[in-house]
Amino acid sequence: MNIVLKPFQLLGQSALVGIRKLGRAHLFILHVLTGLPGLVARLDLLIVQMYSVGVLSILLIMISGLFVGMVLGLQGYYVLSDFGAEESLGVMVAASLVRELGPVVTALLFAGRAGSALTAEIGLMKATEQLSGMEMMAVDPVKRIIAPRYFAGVVSMPLLAALFSIIGVLGGYFVGVGLLGVDEGAFRSQMQAKIDFDEDIVNGFIKSLVFGAVVTWIAVFEGYDATPTSEGVSRATTRSVVYSAFAVLGCDFVLTALMFGKD
Amino acid sequence: MTFQPSDTPALVSIRGLSFSRNGRKIFDNIDLDIPRGKITAIMGPSGTGKTTLLRLVGGQLRPDSGTVRVAGINVHRLGLDELYALRKRMGMLFQSGALLTDLSVYENVAFPLREHTRLPESMIRTLVLMKLEAVGLRGARDLMPAQLSGGMARRVALARAIVLDPMMIMYDEPFTGQDPISMGVLVQLIHDLNHGLGLTSIVVSHDVQETASIADYVYLISGGKVVGRGTPAELARSDSPWIRQFMDGLPDGPVHFHYPSKDYASDLLGFVASR
Repeated sequence: MNIVLKPFQLLGQSALVGIRKLGRAHLFILHVLTGLPGLVARLDLLIVQMYSVGVLSILLIMISGLFVGMVLGLQGYYVLSDFGAEESLGVMVAASLVRELGPVVTALLFAGRAGSALTAEIGLMKATEQLSGMEMMAVDPVKRIIAPRYFAGVVSMPLLAALFSIIGVLGGYFVGVGLLGVDEGAFRSQMQAKIDFDEDIVNGFIKSLVFGAVVTWIAVFEGYDATPTSEGVSRATTRSVVYSAFAVLGCDFVLTALMFGKD
Repeated sequence: MTFQPSDTPALVSIRGLSFSRNGRKIFDNIDLDIPRGKITAIMGPSGTGKTTLLRLVGGQLRPDSGTVRVAGINVHRLGLDELYALRKRMGMLFQSGALLTDLSVYENVAFPLREHTRLPESMIRTLVLMKLEAVGLRGARDLMPAQLSGGMARRVALARAIVLDPMMIMYDEPFTGQDPISMGVLVQLIHDLNHGLGLTSIVVSHDVQETASIADYVYLISGGKVVGRGTPAELARSDSPWIRQFMDGLPDGPVHFHYPSKDYASDLLGFVASR
């Protein structure tokens, strides 16, 4: 009897734990959002965090974007040249980057570079009683520590994704036009003609904004919710990156279906 | 004549407080009074929830039942804004110091002023240097927390705790892990600050000698109950076996050296028997 019921009991238990955590995460983000008015008055806090979350990620994003764009240029050329359509290389590279790879790859890199750092930082602040200490100094740590980091992530992510796409297009251009001899005028003009501002760029921007909000939410929540021990912080950091990756890929499917799934 | 808490009005009064965590009862209906202007020590073995008591007084935890009144205000009836207003008048010194690791010593002490006041920079500077001077670390203002020894970190945290001129300070294990010199410095500081600034201090500790040397009144807590109370002199004369064991640091007595377990011999033979 017990052996039969045990798995169901464990399943139910872990589901309850998961649902409770989800509840905590939502209450937490509401609390973070209430910190926005205070943050507007203290833009210096936001700028410091945008530096560590955003500016310090720029090099990684640029190098990754360059190589992704160059690979797209190579692969696209081999496929397109079979059909004699290598003039469309610019459209292919730009559309892939702006619609999908820019937001998605940037979000994954961002989760690994900035998200994990946020989780570890906040988790350690909790473990060393800095958050508790702040509460006892009558300073709300969610507003003072979490909110600037959260909004820095939300603002930085679309900028980084845009940078990724721009550098990626340059990489594709370098490979296609520079190395493989695609016509420069065709590369540019087709790209300009076919890439639509609302359809492609705005949608890509919305994606990266959503990814930024989700990835940073996971990162700050995992840190804040971490068990305040070294092991707890290390587990939280791992979870932060893993959940972020799942969330980004899952959200990407939903958003793509909503944005490009019509006709 | 020895001092009794009823001689002075209580700043903190705890009535019928019960608190449990993860199904374990940490406090079972305890009453405590912290007299105004005095140093009150709360002592007891590790793991008896002394730190938890401070968190209950500071409103970071909610009791299962009972009341905690600070300056006549029921802490757990307050909204968040009122609670924060009350906390500005309470300082707390964490065991680790809880300094913000990304700020210098100077900025750590200035932190409550920057968050809660709109004082001009020159005024903040004067206040911070005064508080750092009081703990003897004016010269360390540019160091980062990672460059401080444990004792120095606690002194910086102490300067930060008094920078808003609170009515009371709660010390969580201030002497743990200190060398004899910094222990002596901290004992002296707690005493001098309390009397110099007219504070009320609660010192949670299990360092009997150091704490007894400055405390006006002592509560001994064990197993969720207040098992002893009195001035240090009274406790030193007590003939209760538990108080004797704790105050004299005896390894065995009413508190056993062994964690509760089944009979030793049958435990050793248990493996054989179960095969």
